[in-house]
Amino acid sequence: MKELKPAILLLIIFTIICGGIYPAVVSGIASVAFPNKAKGSLITDKSGKEIGSSLIGQPFSDPKYFWPRPSATTEFPYNPLASGGSNLGPTNSAYLKTVAERVKAIKDLGVSGTIPADLVQASASGLDPHISPEAAQVQIARIGKARGLAEDTVRKLVAAHTEDRQLGILGNPRVNVLALNLELDKLAQ
Amino acid sequence: MNLYEWLETILFFIVLLAMVKPFGAFMARVYQGDKTFLSPVLVPCENLLYRVCGVERDEEMDWKRYAVGLLLFNLLGGVALFSILLLQHLLPLNPQKLPAFSWHLALNTATSFMSNTNWQNYAGESTTSYFTQMFGLAVQNFLSSATGMVVAIALIRGFVRKKTSAIGNFWVDLTRSTLYILLPLSLVFAIFLVSQGVIQNFSPYKTVPLVQPVTGTTTVKEVTIPMGPVASQEAIKELGTNGGGFFNANSAHPFENPTPLTNMVEIFLILLIPGALTQTFGRMAGNPRQGWALLAVMLAILIFAMGVLYWAESAGNPLVAKLGVHGINMEGKDTRFSLAGSSLFAVATTGTSCGAVNTMHDSLTPLGGLMPLSLILLSEVIFGGVGTGLYTMLAFVVIAVFIAGLMIGRTPEFLGKKIEVREMWLSMITVLTSGILVLVFSGIAMMVPSAVASMANPGTHGLSEVLYAFASMSNNNGSAFAGLNGNTVFYNLTGALCMSIGRFAPIVASLAMAGSLAGKKYVPPSLGTLPTDKAPFALWLALVILIVGALTFFPALALGPIAEQLMMIR
Repeated sequence: MKELKPAILLLIIFTIICGGIYPAVVSGIASVAFPNKAKGSLITDKSGKEIGSSLIGQPFSDPKYFWPRPSATTEFPYNPLASGGSNLGPTNSAYLKTVAERVKAIKDLGVSGTIPADLVQASASGLDPHISPEAAQVQIARIGKARGLAEDTVRKLVAAHTEDRQLGILGNPRVNVLALNLELDKLAQ
Repeated sequence: MNLYEWLETILFFIVLLAMVKPFGAFMARVYQGDKTFLSPVLVPCENLLYRVCGVERDEEMDWKRYAVGLLLFNLLGGVALFSILLLQHLLPLNPQKLPAFSWHLALNTATSFMSNTNWQNYAGESTTSYFTQMFGLAVQNFLSSATGMVVAIALIRGFVRKKTSAIGNFWVDLTRSTLYILLPLSLVFAIFLVSQGVIQNFSPYKTVPLVQPVTGTTTVKEVTIPMGPVASQEAIKELGTNGGGFFNANSAHPFENPTPLTNMVEIFLILLIPGALTQTFGRMAGNPRQGWALLAVMLAILIFAMGVLYWAESAGNPLVAKLGVHGINMEGKDTRFSLAGSSLFAVATTGTSCGAVNTMHDSLTPLGGLMPLSLILLSEVIFGGVGTGLYTMLAFVVIAVFIAGLMIGRTPEFLGKKIEVREMWLSMITVLTSGILVLVFSGIAMMVPSAVASMANPGTHGLSEVLYAFASMSNNNGSAFAGLNGNTVFYNLTGALCMSIGRFAPIVASLAMAGSLAGKKYVPPSLGTLPTDKAPFALWLALVILIVGALTFFPALALGPIAEQLMMIR
C-alpha cells in the first residue's frame, strides 16, 4: 500500500506541529505579551492572594451584595468546573416555575414594577460576570438599605463600574458584579 | 435592532466581504502551487516534509487513489485520537489527574473530531486533560478541516480540467492547507484572543475563595477555576469550523469568548474560509462571477435566518413576560453580547458546520431555535463547513442545473461540463445522505425508551432536542439542543455511525464526481447554454436548496418547533 507511509508519517509530524509546537509558541508569546490575561485575568487582594477572576462570576444571594445572573451550573451556582446553561425550553413548566420563584425573591426585597430579564433568566455560560445596568439599577435601593449607605453613593459606584460598549459600538453596556461587590466591601472597611 | 446593533452587523459584513476576495485569491495561489508571501519560509519546510514522508510533489492522483489516501489518513487520525482518549490517565500534561474516557464515549468523541463534527458528549473542563486537548482534539481540528478543504479543491479541479483522470495530490493539498492557511491564521488570531482575555497556560486549576460562601444543602467556601491552553484551541476551532469547545459552555464561556470584540472576531473566523472558498472557486474556474453568485445565495439565506432569529428573540418569551419580566429572551445568553452578536453567532455556527455556540440553542424561543436547526438541515451550504460547504453547494448547483435543463429544454451543463446521470447520482448522495440519516435515526430514537428518557424537556421540545441531535451529528455540525443527555451507549454509538457516514459518503461521492468531470471534454458555451452566474440562476439555486430541505423535513419540523411556537403564543 503506497499511501500508508505518507499517512503515518504526516500524521505524526502534524501531531507534533499542530498539537505541540503551535500551542507552545502561542503560550510563549502570550506569557510575554499578555501575562495577566493568559493566566486568567486573576484579581488579587492587598496581600497578593488570588481571590477570583474578573471574567468568572461568583454567586451572591445576600441582600447587601449585588446579585448576579441566575446560574444553572450543577452542584451549586457559578461552579466554574461545570460551565453551561439550563438548556430549559421556553415552554417547559418547570422552567417557568423557577423564573416565577426568582421574580418573587426579588420582589420580596422591595423591587416593584417589571424585572429586567437578565436578572431572572440564567446565562449561557453559567459564569456570566456581568449584569445589565438596568439589573443593577433595580438593586440600588436594597443595597443602600442593607448597608446603611445613601442611594446616591451606591448609584455612583455602579456608574463607575459600568463598562460601555466595546469600541463604542460592540456588545452591551454591562456591570461587573464581582468587582462592584468587592468595592462595596472595601467601602465598608 | 438598535442603532449600535445595526452598526455592529453592517460593519461585520463589510469586513467579511472585503476579506473574502483577497483571501480566496491567496488560497487559489496556494493550491495551484504559485508563489505567495509565505513561500520563502514555507517552501523549504514543505519540501523537507515531502522528502521525509516519501511524497512525490508533482505526482498527481486519480480520484480513487486520492480517496484512499484521504480515508486512510482520517482512519489513522481517528484511531490515534481514540487511543489517546482511552489512555488519558497514563499520559502527561494531566495536572487534574483526569481518568480515561469510557470506550463508547471515546469512540463517539474520536469520530466526532475526525469528522469535523465536534459533537461533545463530555464537558471539557471536568474530563479532558491538556494533552488530550492539544495532541488529540486540536490536531484533528486542523486535519479534519484540511481534509474538507482538499475535497473542495479536488472538485474544483474536476470542473476545470479536461480529459484527464488527475485531480491533484492528496498529501500535497493536505500539507498546503495546514501549513499555508490554517496554521498561520490560527497563530495570529490565537494571540489576538489572548490580548482580549482568552487564557493560554499549562497551570493546574486555580482554587480561589468565594466572597460570599454558598450555604444551604452543601456549603461551598472556595471554587476551582479551570485553566489550560485555550486560545490556541479557540482559534482553530472557529477557523476550521470545528466547534468543539475547550469548556462545556463553549464560546459562551468568558475564558473562550471574553469580549464583544472576540465574539465578532470568532464569527468572522467561522465564515472566513467557507466564504473565501467561493472566490477561490471563481478564480480557479476562470469565472469570478460564478463565485460571487454562490456567495450571494449563501449571504441572502444567512441574513434572512439571522433576521428571523433576532426578531423571535427580541419579542421575548410571552410566558415569562406574564410573570412581570421585561426584555428579550435572556435565558441561555450572556450579558456582554448584544442580541445581534448572539443571533449572528447562532446562524453562522449552524449555516457552517462549526457548531460552537455563544448562546444555548435549547433555550431559544421555538421560532428562534428553528433557524439554527433549519440551517443545519439544509445540508450546511449556507457558507457551510470549510470545504464541505463548497462541495455540497456545488452538488446543489449540479442538481439545479439539471432540473432547470429539464424544465426549459436545454442541455444541462455547468462550466462547460455536461451534467449526466453519473453526476446526478453522485450529487444526490452528497445532498441526501444526511437527510436520510436524520430521519431514520430520529425515528429509531423515538422507539427506544432509554433514548426518549435522555430528553431534558417534555413534549414537542423534547422531539426538537432529538431531531437537532441527529441533524447536528449527521451534518457534522456539533452544536446541540444541549439539554439532551447524549452520553449514553445508544447516542454515543448511533451518533458515531451518523457522523462517519454523514462525513465520508459525501466526500467519496464528491471525489468520484471530480474524477468523472475531469475526464470529460470541455463544451464551449452556446446559445443553448443556461447562464449560471447571473441573478435568475442564483435565485433558482436558493429555491432548489430551500425546496429540497422543506420536502425532506417539513413534517418533522411541524411536530417539533413549529407546534411549540404555536402553543407558546396561544
